[in-house]
Amino acid sequence: MQPTINDPGKQRSTRPVITAEKLTKKFGHFIAANELTFEVEKGEIFGFLGANGAGKTTAMRMLCGLLTPSSGKATIAGFDVYTETEKIKRRIGYMSQKFSLYDDLTVAENIRFYGGIYGMESKQIKIKTTELLQELQLQDEARTLVRELPLGWKQKLSFSVSLVHNPDIVFLDEPTGGVDPVTRRQFWDLIYHAADKGVTIFVTTHYMDEAEYCNRVSIMVDGVIAALDSPTRLKQQFAGNTMEDVFYELARNAKRKDD
Amino acid sequence: MKQLITFIRKEFLHVFRDRKTLLMLFGLPIAQIVLFGFALSNEIKDSKVVVADYSKDAVTRQLINKIAASKYFDLEQSLQSADQLQAAFKKGTIKMAIIFPQNFATDLIHTNKATVQVIADASDPNQATTITNYVTQIITDYNAGLANDAGQPMQILPELQMLYNPELRGAPNFVPGVMALVLMLVCTMMTSVAIVKEKELGTMEILLVSPFKTIYIIIAKLAPNLIISVVNLFIILILSSVFLDLPVKGSVLLLVFDSILFIMTSLSIGLLLSINAKTQQAAMMGSLMGMMLPTMLLTGFLFPIENMPLPMQFLSNIVPSRWYFIIIKKVMLKGLGFSSVWKETLILAGMCLSLFAISLRRFKIRLQ
Repeated sequence: MQPTINDPGKQRSTRPVITAEKLTKKFGHFIAANELTFEVEKGEIFGFLGANGAGKTTAMRMLCGLLTPSSGKATIAGFDVYTETEKIKRRIGYMSQKFSLYDDLTVAENIRFYGGIYGMESKQIKIKTTELLQELQLQDEARTLVRELPLGWKQKLSFSVSLVHNPDIVFLDEPTGGVDPVTRRQFWDLIYHAADKGVTIFVTTHYMDEAEYCNRVSIMVDGVIAALDSPTRLKQQFAGNTMEDVFYELARNAKRKDD
Repeated sequence: MKQLITFIRKEFLHVFRDRKTLLMLFGLPIAQIVLFGFALSNEIKDSKVVVADYSKDAVTRQLINKIAASKYFDLEQSLQSADQLQAAFKKGTIKMAIIFPQNFATDLIHTNKATVQVIADASDPNQATTITNYVTQIITDYNAGLANDAGQPMQILPELQMLYNPELRGAPNFVPGVMALVLMLVCTMMTSVAIVKEKELGTMEILLVSPFKTIYIIIAKLAPNLIISVVNLFIILILSSVFLDLPVKGSVLLLVFDSILFIMTSLSIGLLLSINAKTQQAAMMGSLMGMMLPTMLLTGFLFPIENMPLPMQFLSNIVPSRWYFIIIKKVMLKGLGFSSVWKETLILAGMCLSLFAISLRRFKIRLQ
């Protein structure tokens, strides 16, 4: 299957914020990610799907500057992933599949810490904290230890914290694992809200209903991008009613097993 | 720099929020020192003592009466052969034997000198020292009133023999031992757990994606443990000088300097452990089994290294606490200066630098 690079369903005038061209990562003889080529536009919600072991995490780590690619090219916010990782790090936010706040710190302390390590001024952090708590309607919980919050709130807070330094792009690695459907819906409202403000969202997920929420979806199988298009077009292309059908159609021939 | 301070403040918040660990960190050394203080102050009464009197003269009778009158001893006066004595020591039914050789009084009068043999079971070194001191005291007292006809002083020389543990390792060994153990424990375990915790939580990835430098992460993780350890060090030193009458005889500055070297070495080991440990439990077990045991066994404060089989002696050379233990004993107990510990200091510094360099490298590689 040839990866589809262009997305005719969308007409955006801006330059792409993420570009990848034949991006490859090898671990010894194992090719974790094989010649990935795609572009993501500013403000787009880009879904990154694949079975476990398909190479999603490897691809994401290369884009975040956590892994050096073996070959190929990629730029994030116009910066090269080989030479300008430090600049990239300032422009991106990241939320891992494990929820990523400190349990034994309060909500405000967590925000303060993450703002602090991005070098934000105390004043800025204070303003941002108020703003962020208001948006999440957590004003009364500023001094609550994070461990006392329900999981759904933690996840939403975690997402907001990943945006605290106003990044161009935010990478979400399976952000909604273990959360009930209602909270997941609310979480996606936050994502839409951020995308509306021009933040590019790069999200990996296991949930096919979430794939439907994305502007475009890429599906990885055995280290390569097997399909890439808007959910509607993918369903047409693979004659499926849901993204689940599309995913199953592509993933059932996978040779690699869950690792 | 400001980012680093933010991070270090966060690390301190972690420490202060975790009351149980905090209690353990500061309670452990205090408890050990105080407990030991009580153990030291306990008098030893009614120790079973056997007197073998081969002379049976007026002088020995007088001495034996004095010893029997003491509340410290429970005298069992019966002549026994050397074999029987040995058997009694082995069984532990007696703690001390006092042996007057033949012609004790005659020797004393004719040569102005007589020897009495005092043998103690030193498998418990504290007790052995204490009871032999009591006997020596009694003999010295008796001595003071003695003079021959010509007015020349006459001497009874107690000949002490410590069975099983001739070097009498014990009391003063304990404080340096506790110091080595506590510092090793705090630094190694706390560091590895603190780092592995971030990995487990998933926050480590966030930190790595942020512009925050890896070296800063390491510094921020090490800083609170370094400070806590130095505070602990002073608590131990103050307690031991107040309660145990073991002040620092040598230079405090030198002691602190060498302690910081040792602390840094332990921190580096903690870093190294954290690289391979996946869970906090694994890090904890690694520190306990990998560091606590060698520290206890191979440092020399529980078991004298000189008495160990050669391979163990060889192995003990790579245990940093062994060198630190020697340094504290020399500086704190004997009051020696840098000129007598430079070799140990150099070894410790070498270990510290190489371990830190290795862990730093490995840490960075691992995170790639």
